[in-house]
Amino acid sequence: MSYVIIAGISFPIVEKPEAWYHFPLIPGLGENAKIIFFHVPTAWITVLAFLMSTIFSIKYLRKKDLDDDGKSQTALELGMVFCILATVTGAVWAKFTWGEYWSWDPRQTSIFALLLIYGALFALRSAVENEEKRATLSAVYSIIAFVTVPFFVFIMPRIMKGLHPGSADDTNAGPVVNFKMNSNMYLVFVLSVVAFTILYFWMWRVGSRSLNIKEKLLKNYR
Amino acid sequence: MKAYHLFRKDLFSEIRNRYAINSLAMFIIVTISVILFSVGEETISDYLSGGLYWVVVFFTGMSGLARVFVSEEERGTTLTLQLIARPETVLSGKLIFNLVLTLAMNIVITFLYSALFPAFVIKSLMLFFITFILGTLGIAISSTIIAAIISKAGSKGTLYPVLSFPILLPLILILINLTKISMDGTPFGEAIMDVLFLASYDVVMLSVSYLLFDFIWKD
Repeated sequence: MSYVIIAGISFPIVEKPEAWYHFPLIPGLGENAKIIFFHVPTAWITVLAFLMSTIFSIKYLRKKDLDDDGKSQTALELGMVFCILATVTGAVWAKFTWGEYWSWDPRQTSIFALLLIYGALFALRSAVENEEKRATLSAVYSIIAFVTVPFFVFIMPRIMKGLHPGSADDTNAGPVVNFKMNSNMYLVFVLSVVAFTILYFWMWRVGSRSLNIKEKLLKNYR
Repeated sequence: MKAYHLFRKDLFSEIRNRYAINSLAMFIIVTISVILFSVGEETISDYLSGGLYWVVVFFTGMSGLARVFVSEEERGTTLTLQLIARPETVLSGKLIFNLVLTLAMNIVITFLYSALFPAFVIKSLMLFFITFILGTLGIAISSTIIAAIISKAGSKGTLYPVLSFPILLPLILILINLTKISMDGTPFGEAIMDVLFLASYDVVMLSVSYLLFDFIWKD
């Protein structure tokens, strides 16, 4: 709030106030570009959630503490939600920029693979009754899946031809964000990424705590 | 107990009841004939036949490669195996067995497929041979470690392709790409990037399998 007041007071004083609400769009994308504030953060959270789930899986395998498995599971559940959001926003953006909802661009393939991995993990978790066995097996599988993810997310989009910025045949040789964004747009973009990250961590904490409490209540009930 | 002994034991018991071999052979015929029926009178393009080749390989592999570990669970011999052999030895033995099975399966598929599909012509044989070997290795390694997970999980049949597909996807994509390239007759030197990618996949999966097998195997 105080930032808003400061901004409001300083607005008439500074030299070129127009620059503050100057918001040019990325050339070639036009108004479509605004979805970047949702698409990129959700895709980032998808990978982040998967990374966290893997870290807690490794922790579980080392210490055999079922708490870590719960944290890993919460990260997985949130990751699935954000993965679907990233896929949908990406498909919508693709429709209006490339002309089709889905065209098997390498990055689309990779998000599809991530969706499949998340789905497979839930299928595996639901198949095993025993708690410890379920935790171990899903931890092992998520680590195996995690070592194949770099092939999708980092290597393949760069060596294969595709439509996304940063592909092998892309002459820009870098993501749009680095140089094509106006500073104001960049600020909104960074804020959006940070806000989504904070939102994710908040949801993750609430989720893992509620899972913990649920486990304790069930134990007492028995 | 050495990995070789375990492999011999698996081989003898396989020769005795021929479960995996039979299901693999039948699945090759089924998958290829389904493709042939669905193609009908149409002529399929060269690239499409190259992609369908790996579809046949994937589905055939999914039908029989889980047997190595599932059979131990079904017979109730897992505990004995845990007592007499170290986890790494068990994995090595099962891996060799699956490798031999996958290699035999892929050789049969290749001959049958090139006989039945006139569009499937490989121009640069050297590149395809290396793709074939590295692909066989990758499929064998990944399917073995997933089979170990499956054997410990409750439902065995349906879960196997579900778990294997995301892990095998990068491999299959690059294999299809390399098959296309070798159909064009590209020399080996130009496709070195993709071959390295394939080799790195195999190495990564192999090391991860050995690192994690302990956790799956010990109850």
